[in-house]
Amino acid sequence: MTIALSAPFRTSNATRVTFLLLAVYALYAASQLDFTWARFISGLGNGERFLSRLFPPNFANWEALVKGLAESLQIAVLASVAGIVLSLPLSVLAARNLMPVWATWPARAMIAACRALHPVIVAIFFVKAVGFGALAGILALVVASIGFIGKLFTEAIEEILLKQVEAVRATGASFANVITFGVLPQVFSRFVGFATYQLDSNLRNSTMVGIVGAGGIGGTLFAAFQRFDYDFVCAILISIIAIIMLGEVLANLLRAVFLDGFSIELNTKLREAEE
Amino acid sequence: MAASTMVTTGRWQRFNNGQRLARFAVYFVMVAAVVASVKTIEIIPEFLLDAPEQMQDLLVRMWPPEFAYYPKGVHEALIETIHIASLGTLLSVLLALPFGLLAARNLTPVPALNYFAKLVLVSSRSVNSLVWALLFVGIFGPGALAGTLAIAFRSIGFVGKLIAEALEEAQRGPLEALTATGADAGQLLWYGYWPQIKPAFFSILLLRWDINVRESAVLGLVGAGGIGMAMQSAIDLFQWQRVAVILLAIFAIVVVAEIVITSVRKRIL
Repeated sequence: MTIALSAPFRTSNATRVTFLLLAVYALYAASQLDFTWARFISGLGNGERFLSRLFPPNFANWEALVKGLAESLQIAVLASVAGIVLSLPLSVLAARNLMPVWATWPARAMIAACRALHPVIVAIFFVKAVGFGALAGILALVVASIGFIGKLFTEAIEEILLKQVEAVRATGASFANVITFGVLPQVFSRFVGFATYQLDSNLRNSTMVGIVGAGGIGGTLFAAFQRFDYDFVCAILISIIAIIMLGEVLANLLRAVFLDGFSIELNTKLREAEE
Repeated sequence: MAASTMVTTGRWQRFNNGQRLARFAVYFVMVAAVVASVKTIEIIPEFLLDAPEQMQDLLVRMWPPEFAYYPKGVHEALIETIHIASLGTLLSVLLALPFGLLAARNLTPVPALNYFAKLVLVSSRSVNSLVWALLFVGIFGPGALAGTLAIAFRSIGFVGKLIAEALEEAQRGPLEALTATGADAGQLLWYGYWPQIKPAFFSILLLRWDINVRESAVLGLVGAGGIGMAMQSAIDLFQWQRVAVILLAIFAIVVVAEIVITSVRKRIL
């Protein structure tokens, strides 16, 4: 084998070819999708008109806004609780280091099935099954939660140290005790992470499932959009973004309480006296 | 877990009173939220009772899937969906790179620019892709252009944040060595940072592409092109056998995307 002399720090041919292929593909796809400059420019003119109709936001119909937001929050809360509670036993069942094969593969298949479709598509089916309204949204987001938490929590359980499990088992502990004292303490912090992430994600999706009639603010948003009621659309969007940012703050607070030992200091005088 | 011990009564305590109060407050708020939601949510129990029948009815109507419809109405939409996802991902990388570079604190040691870039990235992420799609449908009219831009704008936050994190994790050694040779900012970026973030960069690209394939399948529900539009019209016309074919197609494409990214990742990493 000879060592080819090349310029130092030369970009490898593979990288060059990859970038070239990506560029060629981008041009091909753009032509397939019928993107033209003229369309883009005419769109910008439309965009200006669209934006001027969005602003200023119109909060006159605030009752519908509050009602939709409240329903979204209810959907997010209930779906998160139900999804988290259901995904816990399913993850334990799916963990290959704890369970025999006949138990893991049905559980894994179920988790994979829950993950396969976008929550909004799942919501379409639940709308058909249980009718228009919040229940369909809750069920769709429960499915999404099981898919996400189930997969990650299963992986977390599969990464635990089995020595602690063995130690607990050696004391003669029952299966439930092995799970409670050998497995769960090892994965608790990651579980809190997944659960708060899912709460956040459910909150985001609960504002969207309404587009297919599954309750929440999404229905109000889509209806206003189709009525060309753009200043109300703007008001709804601002409220949704505010709620989502609030949700992010709450999720961070939850993580601080459970993972970083966040403490509420009420009796500062008492503590000072102790010290 | 930061557990602290307090020896006040001679008893070991895992949490101090403040921590216990914080936890109690969280549990209390959780239970209150659930109770309040259950009490106020509007659910019609009659609908729940006939859910099994409705579901069975739906499945019967879907069976057998009308595969003859695939070449006529699904194939083209499916390809369009893939194009929307891929092109949107590429576009998002182009748009996200400058903000990623600005958000990385070691590369851009100007706090004001860091905060500005982070603000842009956060706002991109806090708007759902369906909302982005609605906005772009309003601007460019229904079709794939709106979908592609929606995917791109939603992905900026994700791609930019991860690129910034990868840049911040870059080792200082090679960068200092390059600086010592008198390299300018561009050379530092291309020869110092790029080789270090290259694996992360491609895995971010693949990960986002996988997510975007899933998301672009629903954009059509608000008119932003792709297979979602075919699905919406089939549902509106109650052509459930066609819906079944479309769902199978979406499912297949999601599985294929997952296989593609796993094999490509194995190759490049």
